Amino acid sequence: MANLISFPRITRRAGKVWYRNMVVFVRTWQVNFFPPLIEALLYLFAIGLGIGSYVQQIDGIPYVNFIAPAILAISVMNSAFFECTYGSYVRMYYQKSFDAMIATPLSIEDVIAGELLWGATRSVIYVVIMLPVLAAFGVVSLPLALLAIPLAFIGGLMFAGIAMCFTAITPGIDTLNYPAFLFITPMMLFSGTFFPLTLMPAFLQYIALAVLPLTHLVAIMRMLTLPALSWTIILNLAWIAAVAAIFCVLSINLMRRRLIV
Amino acid sequence: MPDIIDARDLKKNYGSTVAVDGIQFTVRKGEIFGFLGPNGAGKTTTMKMITCVSPRTSGTLTVMGMDPEQFPAEIKQRLGVVPQETNLDPEFTCYGNLYYYSRYFDIQKEQAEKRADELLGFVQLAEKRDVSVEKLSGGMKRRLILARALVNSPDLLILDEPTIGLDPQARHLIWEKLRSLKAQGNTIVMTTHYLDEAARLCDRLVIMDNGKILVEGTPEELVRQHAGHEIVEVESSDEIVSCLRDLQIPFEKTGDMIQIAASPDSARGIARTILDRCKPQRMITRPATLEDVFLKLTGRNLRE
Repeated sequence: MANLISFPRITRRAGKVWYRNMVVFVRTWQVNFFPPLIEALLYLFAIGLGIGSYVQQIDGIPYVNFIAPAILAISVMNSAFFECTYGSYVRMYYQKSFDAMIATPLSIEDVIAGELLWGATRSVIYVVIMLPVLAAFGVVSLPLALLAIPLAFIGGLMFAGIAMCFTAITPGIDTLNYPAFLFITPMMLFSGTFFPLTLMPAFLQYIALAVLPLTHLVAIMRMLTLPALSWTIILNLAWIAAVAAIFCVLSINLMRRRLIV
Repeated sequence: MPDIIDARDLKKNYGSTVAVDGIQFTVRKGEIFGFLGPNGAGKTTTMKMITCVSPRTSGTLTVMGMDPEQFPAEIKQRLGVVPQETNLDPEFTCYGNLYYYSRYFDIQKEQAEKRADELLGFVQLAEKRDVSVEKLSGGMKRRLILARALVNSPDLLILDEPTIGLDPQARHLIWEKLRSLKAQGNTIVMTTHYLDEAARLCDRLVIMDNGKILVEGTPEELVRQHAGHEIVEVESSDEIVSCLRDLQIPFEKTGDMIQIAASPDSARGIARTILDRCKPQRMITRPATLEDVFLKLTGRNLRE
């Protein structure tokens, strides 16, 4: 048990794994760059303008402006989570890429750290693509909203770490559907994304704040894009940083236990 | 000169199963050293311990003078590994597989580019340079994996079943490449199921079974010590068996055949005696091979 929380020895070689994923991503940019672009537009039109024409305002904020930060936060979550579950699982199990990499000076810790960094980078890339779209529609406020980019990295790292823990313990690729449907989908709906957290019963609010990481990411994102800064941003950031650190460390140790026998 | 690999009382357990049970061997510089054995004998586990991906349970192991548990990165920097399973990167071309793999070894860009093209030529895949690896045949993939194992100009090459599932042409090409690598002074350690492959390539080899090394030696020594020089084979029937017993010729029943081990001098005499006295319908005399040694030592029962 103790070795699951011990700090893994990671070297700068982790960057080589990150670089390999980046090269593949950029080479297939046509399939990678458009989904976030289209996704941003779809959410804006369907929920922002569709539902928005009935709801119009939440707490004095135009409804589209209310959900714009949620669109960014959900994208941060999805890109890192799905990259480090299905993406990493395919590389680990089907392509045997991790085996090939650890036959070189890279250690398994380097490989997993590189995958986590890559998952977080993907979140950053998606936010970088979506931000100009949202800004063009005037639903996020620059320049403060630019801080969504570094935030995407920390938030991405958190979801990458959580995802990699699932990847480390899943018996097969099909069982990765469970966290996707039982964890990610509810989180997408009940984290203060499309309606304020305060509309839910108090105990559900506490649960959301305690165990749904997206809640904190949406809260910070909203403070940055409206903008509506508050001192509570520090609490949200501290929560995310702590959870990111715990799960990244845990996931590397779990992966080591799975792959090094 | 110190040995390239030195293993003493090397053990590996997976939970309560003993995969490698206290083996001892040394690999010398410049030789091709083979591990033979049926499935589950512990060959691949031994390779994994040498290549620093699986920690040993007990015993000592040094690879190029270093302990795999203390200096994995330093050892792996000088190691080339051909795994049993094909694990090329499907996202890249042949060239890309070599180039990006070199980067994991900290090889500089210009040198990696040059080396990748050289190696494609070496394994005769230059014309497939920009083809996606998913479009390659099985033999081409194995050749590319061999090339990939050479990107860092390793001092020690580890091959786990290098020619598994290949047609004779592809196997011969791999053998030729391995011999030319040996001629350049490389040390090679390989596992194989193909006994003719081991007999052709290996300077020395061990036969393993149930996690233990049964015998060690050059292929010729092993054949001479454990199978004799010549084998006389006749069909198996009750008459032949009682005839051989009467003649007091020691024999061994293997399935539907009876084998008699003989020296080069006695083989003809024995064959003639059997032909005259037992009147078999079929009889052949052939040189003993490593396969005879292997089956004698590890039995004829099917594994797994």
